[in-house]
Amino acid sequence: MVPTSYYVLLSAVLFTFGVLGVLTRRNALIVFMSVELMLNSANLALVAFAQQRQSTAGQILVFFVITVAAAEVAVGLALLVTIFRSKRTTNIDEISTLKG
Amino acid sequence: MELVVFIITAAVAIIGAAAMLVSRNAIHSALFLLLNFSAIAVLFLLLRAPFLFAVQLIVYAGAIIVLFLFVVMLLGAERAEDERDRIGWQRPVAALMGLLLLGEALYVFVSRGVSAAVPPGSEDFAAPEKIGAALFSSYLLPFEITSVILLAALVGVVVLHQREGGAAPEADPLREMSTIAPEPTRPQGG
Repeated sequence: MVPTSYYVLLSAVLFTFGVLGVLTRRNALIVFMSVELMLNSANLALVAFAQQRQSTAGQILVFFVITVAAAEVAVGLALLVTIFRSKRTTNIDEISTLKG
Repeated sequence: MELVVFIITAAVAIIGAAAMLVSRNAIHSALFLLLNFSAIAVLFLLLRAPFLFAVQLIVYAGAIIVLFLFVVMLLGAERAEDERDRIGWQRPVAALMGLLLLGEALYVFVSRGVSAAVPPGSEDFAAPEKIGAALFSSYLLPFEITSVILLAALVGVVVLHQREGGAAPEADPLREMSTIAPEPTRPQGG
């Protein structure tokens, strides 16, 4: 059996990579992908704790998180496409005004 | 044996995440993220979560990555980005803060010690039929709310893609970049 803290450590490492991606990359799509990576690392920690407590509710929570993340990705990418229509760039340094 | 599988899968997940961060081509990043999602799905299976293993592959690896790839190819965003930062010290400070976060996680892991191995309880506490039973009885309200969330996302995406009133469809830059054949001219007197 693998101890739960190993899974939680892996989740923390993946979360750190997600944070680095959001802070460092300037392509908006890579930033979105890093946010999804952070969500996945949180899901991994939740499932690890659900297994430790033999809990079905923990896994149902992960199911809801996955669903909401899917809806968020759809809307976020639609926003990015709309911004690209007027700005013609995906560089987040250049999308610095609130005007559309 | 399970430890060996965990270590290999964790290594694949970390390599996929690191390669996603470092890759200059956004399509390569999306494919490395796909590798990472698949590794996390395998970890779900190791954690006695067969339903989530399937859901992760179907939703994340099968739908979200495909959506990312569509948008990357539609916007032509696979080109390399500029090497210069607007703020010169952004990358070193980000790397430093990332290292601090990683250091904190490692410190907590080392100081707390490894938690006791989980006693082999029932292997099917999260079998799909049990998840289904709980989802449609105790968690029925959140389930219905997620259906409303998905409807809201659907409506939002359609609204976001509508053009301002009066703009000609031919002026849409996305239509210029599309390789689909242009639509035929409208019939006269229509």
